[in-house]
Amino acid sequence: MSIKPPMRMREKVLLRVASKAFIPLILLFALYVQFHGDFGPGGGFQAGVIFAAGFVLFGLIFGLEALQQVVPWSIVERAVALGLLVYGGVGVSCILRGGRFLDYGVLDHHSPMHGQHLGILIIELGVGLTVAATMLAIFYAMAGRGRA
Amino acid sequence: MWIEILLFGLLLITAVTIVGLNDLFAAAMLSGIFSLLCASLFTLMDAVDVAFTEAAVGAGISTVLMIGALALTGSREYQQPTRLGPFVVVLLTGAMLIYGTLDMPAYGDPAAPIHQHVAPEYVAGTDAEFGIPNIVTAVLASYRGFDTLGETAVIFTAGVGVMALLLGRRKREDEIQIEPSEDELKGGDA
Repeated sequence: MSIKPPMRMREKVLLRVASKAFIPLILLFALYVQFHGDFGPGGGFQAGVIFAAGFVLFGLIFGLEALQQVVPWSIVERAVALGLLVYGGVGVSCILRGGRFLDYGVLDHHSPMHGQHLGILIIELGVGLTVAATMLAIFYAMAGRGRA
Repeated sequence: MWIEILLFGLLLITAVTIVGLNDLFAAAMLSGIFSLLCASLFTLMDAVDVAFTEAAVGAGISTVLMIGALALTGSREYQQPTRLGPFVVVLLTGAMLIYGTLDMPAYGDPAAPIHQHVAPEYVAGTDAEFGIPNIVTAVLASYRGFDTLGETAVIFTAGVGVMALLLGRRKREDEIQIEPSEDELKGGDA
């Protein structure tokens, strides 16, 4: 009998089953942190990191190729810029609606408070997108380098 | 009171242990624990948003990225001769920082300058203008929206920088493939 090579992580049943149970919960928690940031602790930054952590866990257990099938590099690359563009776009649309840059009150002409809610929601989404995509991009760049 | 002393004690032990370690994998794990202890301290100070960030970034993702970097570079620290100069500089800087805290207002003092300037406006205005309970979100996203836009741009720049450094170089290696000169840099577990 030849010596077995060390088991890869995806071959370990315990890790695979536990991560399959945890990843949906991590992603759900990230969405909760993202959209509940006005009422509880958290916001786009934390949510983006947690969201990326869910995918990084998937990549660690099932391998980089499997992760790249779920989230292709082309999406990650674009999302890094898209988040920042969403944030800046909210500011510009405030100007177009007659207000000042990032003055969300004008986004809803019935009530400034609703405008503020809308503005905060969208810019937090932009922050979350950029943070999650950047974390994934760094993980891709480092994990992909070892096998070049 | 006792829990703060306990946490600060553990923080000190972790920091000293990290300095003494040669095994960088263990040091990366301990720095995650260091961040988690910091997050516990922030929670005790009622700064839950900061604690949340510290736990997610410091204890979570940066530990993973650090271990990812170690997998590429090697996990043992290069042995350097002990030098006195840097140690003295660190000691002096630490002493100066502690001396600086003597002039600071007491923790939670409502008369402190930080609570006199714009903070009362934010605290009163959040409910009137936004109708949301989390003042931190109102300050970050709206009152200080320009700052947060800048922070997002910093993260964007960091991501682009990492991509330019790591991915650009890999592509060139793939294209040329003449000299295996980068291999000794990678080292470790192939």
